[in-house]
Amino acid sequence: MLKQLIKAFFILNLIVASTALWAVIEIAPLSNETLEGRYRELIEELRCPKCQNQNLADSDSPIAADLREQVRVLLEEGKSDEEIVAYLVHRYGDFVRYRPAVQKTTMVLWFAPALFLLCALVVIVVVVKTYRRPKILQGELSELEQNRLEALMSAKESGKTTSDKEDRP
Amino acid sequence: MKNIKLFIPFAIFVGLALFLLKGLDRDPNALPSALIGEPVPAFSLPDLHVPGALVSEDIFKGHVSLLNVWATWCPSCRVEHPFLVALAENEAVRIIGMDYKDEDEPARRWLQTLGNPYAVTFTDQEGKLGLDLGVFGAPETYLIDSQGVIRAKHVGVVDERVWQKLGSLYRQLLAETPVE
Repeated sequence: MLKQLIKAFFILNLIVASTALWAVIEIAPLSNETLEGRYRELIEELRCPKCQNQNLADSDSPIAADLREQVRVLLEEGKSDEEIVAYLVHRYGDFVRYRPAVQKTTMVLWFAPALFLLCALVVIVVVVKTYRRPKILQGELSELEQNRLEALMSAKESGKTTSDKEDRP
Repeated sequence: MKNIKLFIPFAIFVGLALFLLKGLDRDPNALPSALIGEPVPAFSLPDLHVPGALVSEDIFKGHVSLLNVWATWCPSCRVEHPFLVALAENEAVRIIGMDYKDEDEPARRWLQTLGNPYAVTFTDQEGKLGLDLGVFGAPETYLIDSQGVIRAKHVGVVDERVWQKLGSLYRQLLAETPVE
């Protein structure tokens, strides 16, 4: 039983791992491993201009293949990651970046989540504070209120004594 | 006065709804062109009709032109083609054709049978200039002024509706250009 489970587990692992192989098939690896690693990272992070919800790594469209090839060429030429991204942004616009640069037009994109979180925290603090605060009456009682309070108190006291008497057999 | 607080969520909802409503009208495929206001990238590509001749970015100097990216493998280009032919004939628009990642023979045949709206056609078989222009599919059309600077870009078929906007910009540029 245990043996079978282990076997099944391994097969499952193979299946899960094999999805990586469904990605685009490359013609030839880059000249060294660091370049290959950078290449992988870049094509993960760059977006295909034609098929807008895929990155260059996942897309099968001809334009994505061209851009991958261009990224390769630029890497082999010794360009830095920033230069390569800038090269593509210059041609295809900021759109090609899945991780947009922090600039005027992307301020909302970057900082709105933090702002929302802050708003939520403020609301929570305010709500919690209002519910926790004991409802204390502010200020002195007016003369009328004071009289009424005294009347009530004395009525209660006298009522208590009378009722005590009445309750007793 | 206290009740005003109750309307805060409603106000937020209205604000969000208006914001999202605006988004409904936008074309999700429209990308801002990065190259507007910049000169056409340097290139040197073969002329489709004159064997051995090369066409360079200088072709745009001195005239307001359209650069139309097309290919025989592109069905939308076939849809667009009659409109371009009409533009060249009726309005005498100077259109430069860029045969993008295509084969020469079918391209020549296409122009023979469907009419040739292009003043000059050059071929970009490897898509090198296409890459420099940020082309991501055909058809694409660029409006280029007489200095060779890209002034507008349209991705997709140019038709009556698109030409209303692009055409007015074209005529405006034409009016600014001194007659030689």
